[in-house]
Amino acid sequence: MIPELGHFALILAAMLAIAQSGLPLWGAQRGDSRLMGAAAPLALAGFVAIVISFAALIWSYAMNDTTVVNVVANSHSAKPMLFKITGTWGNHEGSMILWVMVLAGCSAAVAGFGGGLPSALQARVLGVMGLISLGFLAFILFTSNPFERIWPPPPDGQGLNPLLQDIGLAIHPPLLYLGYVGYAVTFAFAVAALIEGRVDAAWGRWVRPWSLAAWSFLTMGISIGSWWAYYELGWGGYWFWDPVENASLLPWLAGTALLHSAIVVEKREALKIWTVLLALLAFALSLLGTFLVRSGVLNSVHSFASDPARGIFILCLLGIYIAGAFALFAWRAPAMAPAGVFAPISREGGIVLNNLLLCSITAVVLVGTLYPLFLDLLTGQMISVGPPFFNSATAPLALPLVMGMAVGPMLAWKRASLWPVLQRLWWAACLALLAFILTLALAGWHVLSALGFACAFWLIAGAATDIADRAGIGRTSLGNAWNRARNLPRAAWGAAIAHAGMGVTILGISGMGLATEKLVAVPPGGSTQFAGYEWRLEGVRDFIGPNFTARKATITLLRDGSVVAVMEPSKRFFPTGRMTTTEAAIRTRPSGDLYAVLGEERPNEAGVSEAVLRLHNNPLAPWIWLGAGIMALGAALSLSDRRIRIAAPARRRKEAEVSA
Amino acid sequence: MTRKKRRLYILLLCAIGLGSATALTLTAFQDNLVFFRSPSDIAREAPPPGRSFRLGGLVEAGSVQRQGEDQGRPAIHFRVTDGAHVVPVIFTGVLPDLFREGQGVVTQGMMGADGTFRAREVLARHDETYMPPEVADALKRSGHWNPAQGAAPAPATWNTLDPARPQANPPRSGS
Repeated sequence: MIPELGHFALILAAMLAIAQSGLPLWGAQRGDSRLMGAAAPLALAGFVAIVISFAALIWSYAMNDTTVVNVVANSHSAKPMLFKITGTWGNHEGSMILWVMVLAGCSAAVAGFGGGLPSALQARVLGVMGLISLGFLAFILFTSNPFERIWPPPPDGQGLNPLLQDIGLAIHPPLLYLGYVGYAVTFAFAVAALIEGRVDAAWGRWVRPWSLAAWSFLTMGISIGSWWAYYELGWGGYWFWDPVENASLLPWLAGTALLHSAIVVEKREALKIWTVLLALLAFALSLLGTFLVRSGVLNSVHSFASDPARGIFILCLLGIYIAGAFALFAWRAPAMAPAGVFAPISREGGIVLNNLLLCSITAVVLVGTLYPLFLDLLTGQMISVGPPFFNSATAPLALPLVMGMAVGPMLAWKRASLWPVLQRLWWAACLALLAFILTLALAGWHVLSALGFACAFWLIAGAATDIADRAGIGRTSLGNAWNRARNLPRAAWGAAIAHAGMGVTILGISGMGLATEKLVAVPPGGSTQFAGYEWRLEGVRDFIGPNFTARKATITLLRDGSVVAVMEPSKRFFPTGRMTTTEAAIRTRPSGDLYAVLGEERPNEAGVSEAVLRLHNNPLAPWIWLGAGIMALGAALSLSDRRIRIAAPARRRKEAEVSA
Repeated sequence: MTRKKRRLYILLLCAIGLGSATALTLTAFQDNLVFFRSPSDIAREAPPPGRSFRLGGLVEAGSVQRQGEDQGRPAIHFRVTDGAHVVPVIFTGVLPDLFREGQGVVTQGMMGADGTFRAREVLARHDETYMPPEVADALKRSGHWNPAQGAAPAPATWNTLDPARPQANPPRSGS
């Protein structure tokens, strides 16, 4: 009964989406306020319908309703309740429902808080979002219905892939989707602006909070995904340049460019056409990512449920939305008023450079990700493009980007001079140089890591200089400066914090560049020296968990004979689904992670059973994710700035503010 | 600055950006493209030692030996087959959880002078029923699986594929 209700609510949502995409767009074209007014209630109703549908699916999982095919395929009665619930979106069908629910939630937010928008723009935005929603609802209903029944019901489900039974992976997809879907909103705004043929400062002001929010969620989603890969897959690394990882990185790169160029639209009414293009691109890359992940066309280590029929459906959606939007762009973009004038050395100039570099990196990553696919299609030649390609092709572009990140925010709008800014940054430059030399001296001839450390210090010091400069430290009394710092716009703080967060992440990445690894076979009671510690293997024993059995090693970590920590890496075997997972033991300190993985057990020459251990010393690893958190926090702080709140006041008042 | 001049600047910048991105991509491609080879490919024309590539096929049933060392590190020996030819592999590291005898495997590394493949990486999959496309392709080319006759055999049954023609697979080294 409940699954039928969910299925019905889903069909109802699709019907509402048809109305939401038809009526407001037609109304806006005819100037009919009654038709335009239908957009908001329809969006809210559609959201409610999808929430009911999602709740019905969660209920089916929580109750372990084995008459539902999706539950049978992905759940098991022996699973802890938390993972029964998170398992709802741990599979293709459930995650797609989550996707449309988040999209409908954004529609509802635009409907509920967008009262300050001109009614035609609001109607068009909601209409476009209805179209996107409709496409994905049709995708779910026709290719991946989560409410399909099976009779007679099997006694129990097949269980969730144990790798996914993890809190990191339970919260990672919703965050990622919030990011992807946020770009659906900026896409809708861009398409609405193209239909209207008008982009102005106020438009930039509405797009900015959405792109900020999307960026913030996507940053968190990506970093939690990489953290999960780090602690759950047991490979000891955090980023593998895998196609599935690149699929989320591409919209992030384009979205970062959008985030910055939207500021120029808002402040200077320049770069309009470019910003609209970026908004289209960010969502196009989100959809492309969804296609790559869902269709299984790319050969990835993260193999998800793949189905060619789904792939073709998403490819069609991609074609319709993106080709449609770009055709509209080609037709309407020239109608938009040309951009304002600015000098190359100015804040806008800096953002143009930022956009250029970010887009170049996006292009490189896109080519590297898709090239094997095209080569296979065209010649049948099987190749793979691995981390060395991405590292060597993106690093030379990332370096000037990072160097510019400290300078850009300190340049004045419209016309600036570079020299005074560089003079204020001299201490940051000294710090960076010092970091470079120290790393070379201490860590051996490791130029890339040394460059990374220099960049990290340059960025963090640059962000600090920016804030100190705005507060007037050195030019006014300390109390006065404190007050000025407190009263700085939150967007300024947000930008400085986000840039510093990037510095912290680079610090972590550079530290990981110096990581060392040891593979060793140790008998019980034996020990090995690594990373300045003595690692003593006390023994390996059996262990029984709630829905798995495990082999667990106990390793005592000693320094100068005294015990520092006990680490317990294990291998878990899940009888349902007959899968084994590796649980790394990680000891985290600010200076880095010690990371131990239990490998095979094998007899040595004397016939004693030895355990193979893989030990990693990952300097500064935790800072990678801490930095990402700081970046997301900076974006959230900017978002809380009163001046760019989503509930924007009327358009005329804004324009008065901008010109003031 | 006039609009025309500014536009010129931006165009110039774009050209530099695009040009450097293309140049970087091409140079990085030159050094870092990793080709896929099946055991039959290697039998036909062995890649030179020192050139990194991916080797894919099935882990030959009964070939996995967990003893032994390679350059002082604990190593695992196994053989990779596509039904027609066999390549011995040495891997130093912790095998991924889904590594099983008789199942598809993709490893990356380079040929040693002794005709043994030294794998630096054995690629893991999240899903045990998944067959890497390269392995499926290698099976097709070696004549062990004809897509026209239906879906690929289940991974568990691949085991029984190689004892069918043991003479065709002379081991290359003593391992």
